[in-house]
Order: sequence, then structure tokens, then C-alpha cells
Amino acid sequence: MSDQPLLSVRNLNTTFATPAGPLRAVDDVSFDLDANETLGIVGESGSGKTVLARTLMGLQPRQNVAVTGSVRLAGHEVVGASTSQLRELWSSEVAMVFQDPMTSLNPVMRVGRQIDEVLRVRHGMDRAAARTRAIELLDLVGIPSAAQRYRAYPFELSGGMRQRVVIAIALAGQPRLLIADEPTTGLDVTIQAQILDLLDSLRAQMGMSVIMITHDLGVVATRTSRLLVMYAGRMAETGPTGDVFRQHRMPYTRALLESSPKLSNAPHTRLAAIPGQPPNLARVGPGCHFAPRCGYATDQCRNDAPPLEPADRPGHLFACWHPLAPLSETTGAPS
Amino acid sequence: MARYVARRLATLVGIVFVISVGSFYLIHLLPGDPATVILGTGASPAARAALYRQLGLNRPLVTQYLVWIGHVLHGNLGVSFISETPVLATIRTALPIDLELILISQVLAFAGAIPLAMRAARRPNGILDRTLSAGSFTLLSIPPFIIIVLLVLLVSIKWGLANTGPSSYVSLGSDWIVNLESLALPSITLAVGSFVIYFRVLRADLITTLQEEFITMARSKGLRQRRIMWRHAFRPSSVALLGTAGVNIGGLLAGGFVVEYLLSIPGLGYTLIAAISSSDYLLVQGIVLVVSVGVVLINFLFDFLTSIVDPRISRE
Repeated sequence: MSDQPLLSVRNLNTTFATPAGPLRAVDDVSFDLDANETLGIVGESGSGKTVLARTLMGLQPRQNVAVTGSVRLAGHEVVGASTSQLRELWSSEVAMVFQDPMTSLNPVMRVGRQIDEVLRVRHGMDRAAARTRAIELLDLVGIPSAAQRYRAYPFELSGGMRQRVVIAIALAGQPRLLIADEPTTGLDVTIQAQILDLLDSLRAQMGMSVIMITHDLGVVATRTSRLLVMYAGRMAETGPTGDVFRQHRMPYTRALLESSPKLSNAPHTRLAAIPGQPPNLARVGPGCHFAPRCGYATDQCRNDAPPLEPADRPGHLFACWHPLAPLSETTGAPS
Repeated sequence: MARYVARRLATLVGIVFVISVGSFYLIHLLPGDPATVILGTGASPAARAALYRQLGLNRPLVTQYLVWIGHVLHGNLGVSFISETPVLATIRTALPIDLELILISQVLAFAGAIPLAMRAARRPNGILDRTLSAGSFTLLSIPPFIIIVLLVLLVSIKWGLANTGPSSYVSLGSDWIVNLESLALPSITLAVGSFVIYFRVLRADLITTLQEEFITMARSKGLRQRRIMWRHAFRPSSVALLGTAGVNIGGLLAGGFVVEYLLSIPGLGYTLIAAISSSDYLLVQGIVLVVSVGVVLINFLFDFLTSIVDPRISRE
């Protein structure tokens, strides 16, 4: 058990049946995640990050969706599991922090009730014990006067407070894996850092593994041990965070890094945007999905999808026919 | 919450005032002349003038209104010239019949609409959903006076069930079983229309709610579908349902007369039609006043329920 990773994903595909034909939102994704590790999944909007997150949990609706491959979470297979089997995993093994705290809390239920519901229904606590624990959780996620906030409705709380409540709900079952799907997108910049720090300290405190999904490289730079860069549903590059930042080989990773604003940029300099748009996944060619937007693309790129290949450092993989030369250690520090 | 209720109550008083002025003035809009009604067409001008003075009709309208509203506030709606019984007494015997009809029909309508909408919304455009939507639409297109006639034909005549046909009404106090039997068909008729409206409104809102992120969140907590439907989806989906129910029940109070008339059930609607045809002005006025105030109160009650169901409403 201990030598086995907490989460093991193999050749995962999620395909939606759409009127325009099958749309492969997650395309042959494989990775492992150990206990206590933090993995960052990075990509543009539409790169399949959220679909991947929901597929990992088995939370994807079943109609018009086909999932193949394998997701083993704490020894349980998620792909093909029945709803009642998944219910046993949810909250106690894996929980999710949703993107937008404005919509992920029930607007007409007091926040305390939304927390202790999990404790009572899933973890068999009686009303009083659940209430006490819910207040403890509110306190743990840094909500002041937790006992009073227990009776508040979501609309009476600010966005940052709501996201803290969402985190408290996710923590209620003491899951071994927490999937945070763009947990700070809807929040002010100052609140973003607070929420990220909170997740970090909770991970250490509770001994969880965390998957941090984001389009913001600044979020993952200092808070993750490994990165997975996704493009159009496929893995573009993965490896230890420092290696991906400094030694990236895939042109898309570089484009993503260059398009991310840094405080060290001189004022009024133009941000390097990636030209073009992510492809329509229902109408992609056989080759590398990034080829249409890539300056290095050749006919080979357009015709054959590049496989994941190991880079110099262990655990560092990239998918590119014309990889960038590894940068020297001294330049290109992460933001 | 208290401020919200206070503000709504202030509006309510305003609306009731306007209604009272309207019902007061209604008398003056009706064709015919009270003196003619009371004294007959052959009365002398002197007798008419005497009656006008006796009724206070020679005084300014504002004074007349103030005297009238003073009486109304003391529960005195006048004495009918036709039946020579106090208007309030007539209303007191008729109104409970309407309330009973509304209560039974609404219990039936909600008992049918809520569970069926919950099932239909789980699979939008599934077989059950499509069947129920088509069926409810068909029911909606049949007017109540057709439904009641068909029901009477089937239940009272073909099956021969006693006490269900026309003119079989017995008051609740004298024999409650016969009373319920006599109100069964009209209750069902009124329930059909309400059921269709409630089913459609709740189904549509449930489908919208079930797409919400907080429903996915509730699933990710590992809750059962049943709990998600009742605890997480139903309440936020019932705001429009309550608003619709308020308007609909108000409409039944004012508009249930078709079934009452057809089955000779002496409720307010039946009494109103009789009062209009016999030019019983004071009774018409009294019923209009009571029904209008009733409609306003029902809507107020449902607005209040809405603000309990969705606490955001009272704290905008």
C-alpha cells in the first residue's frame, strides 16, 4: 500500500458525444501522485483541466460522456465505478474545491448546515457533534467568529469567506486528496494569496495530497512540487515544477510562461500573447494540437502526434518533435 | 426581515384603500338606481328624495365613502334590500365553501405536481418528462367547464356515485362526508388547472437548478440523489412556484364561480352571480370587497412565504 501512489492515472480519455462529433476533452493523460504531494495542472481555458478534474473524481455526468483508461485512487478504480461506489470515495478519499464560490454554495441553505450535512449523512455524526465539528472547521479555514458565521447564508459572506466555506466543506471528510479547480479565479488578488496559503498550510496540517488546477503559472510556481502542462486535452509537458519552469522543452510551455505577467516586467511592455486560439476539439487534425499556433511546426507536427519523451532530468517528460534546447541553469528563473 | 414585512404591510394597506374606494364607487357605476330597485318604477319623486336622504345618497361622495368605510371597518357591510339579510352574514356562509374548495384543490394539485416535477426534472426530455409535459399541456387546454361536465357525466351519471352531481351540496357542519362528496368533483376540476401550472413551473425551475454548480458540489459530498433533490434542488426551485401559487389561488377565489354555478354550490361565486342578476348592489359590493381584499392577502402571504424560502429576497 505504502509503495503505491495515492493516485495513479493511466491513459485516461474523456470523450463527449456532441452534435459535431466526438470531442476528446481529455486525451491519453497518465500521471501518478504520491501522498502529501502537490501537483499543478496548468493550461489555457478549454485545455481540458476542469474535465480532467471531474473525471478524476468520477463526477462527470454519465450521459453523452465516455471515459476510458484507469484512475486508481487509494486502491479503488474510479473509471466505471457505480455511483454508490463513488459516493463512498467522495468526501472521505477525495474532495473538490470548486472554481466559483458564488455558485458552488447552495444560496438558500445556511453555511453551517452545508458543512454538517456531510458530517451527519456521510460520517454518522449526531447533530450536536456535527455542529461542533462544523464550527471547528470554519475556525480552521480562518473564518472569524465561526459560531456566528455557522448560521449565515452564503450571500451574507464575501467571496473569500465563501471560498473558505467551500474549503471547509471539502475538508469535512478529511480526504486524502483535495482537487482545487481554479480555486482563486473568482477572487480579488489579495484574497487569492490568502486562499492559496490556506490550502498550503492545510495540506501540511492534514497530510493531504493536492491537485491545483489553474491557468495562472504564478499560482503554481512556488506551491507545487510537480507540474502537468495541458494543451487541448493532451499532456504537453510534465515534471518537477522547477525543471518545467527552467528547463522546459515544449514550445507551448514557453509560450505559456512568456504570456504570464510578472512584476519584474518593465512597465508598458507588451505581454507576449500566444497567437491564435485553442483548437475546437471536435475538429482537430491527427498531429500535434499546438502545431497551428507554433512557430516551429513542420509537416511532421501536423501529421503525427508527438509521444511523451523523457527529458534530461528524471520525471520530466515532454511531447514535441522539435523540442527547445534546455536552458542553462543560470537564466530563466521562475516568476 | 422585520423591515421587509413592515414595508410590505404598508403597501398592503395602500392597496386595500384603493380597493375600498373602487368597491365603494362600483355602486355608482352599475346601471339602474337604488331608489328604483327598492321602491319600484312607480315611486313618486318625493318618496325617492326621502329614500335618498335616508340612505345618505344626497351627501357628497367623500362623506358617503367615509361613512361607508366606517361601517365596513366595524364589520357592517349593510343589509341587502332584496333578501333583507345582512351582507356580512351571507358572505359568512358562502366564503367557507370557497376556502374549503381551494384548500382541497390545492392540496391535490401540490401533492401531484411536486413529486411528478421532481421525477420529470431528473431526466429532462426523458420518456416520463415528455409524457407528463404533453399530458399536462393537453389538460391545460381543456377549460374547467368542460372538465366538470365530463367528470359529472362519468362519476355521477355513468358510475352513479351519490352526492357528486349538481345541487348535492351539504354544509360541512351538517354532514362532513356528504360535504366532501359534493365538493369532490369541483375540487378535482380546480386542482387540474392548478396542477398543470405548478408542474410546469416547478419542472422548469428544477431543470435550471439541477444545472447549477452547487448541485455538482452536493454530489461531490457523496449525498444521495434523493437528498440532493429534496434538500438542495427543491427549495431554490420553489420561489417561482410560490409566486405562481399566490396568483393562482387568488384567481380561484375570484374565479371559481364556473364550477360553483354549474353544480349549484352556494359559494361566493355562485352568490355573486345571483346578486348581479337580482341587482343586489350591496351584496355585489360586499363580495367584490371581500374577494379583492382576499386576493391581496393571499398574494401577501405567498410573498412572505417566498421570502422565507429564499432569504435573499427580504434583504436586497
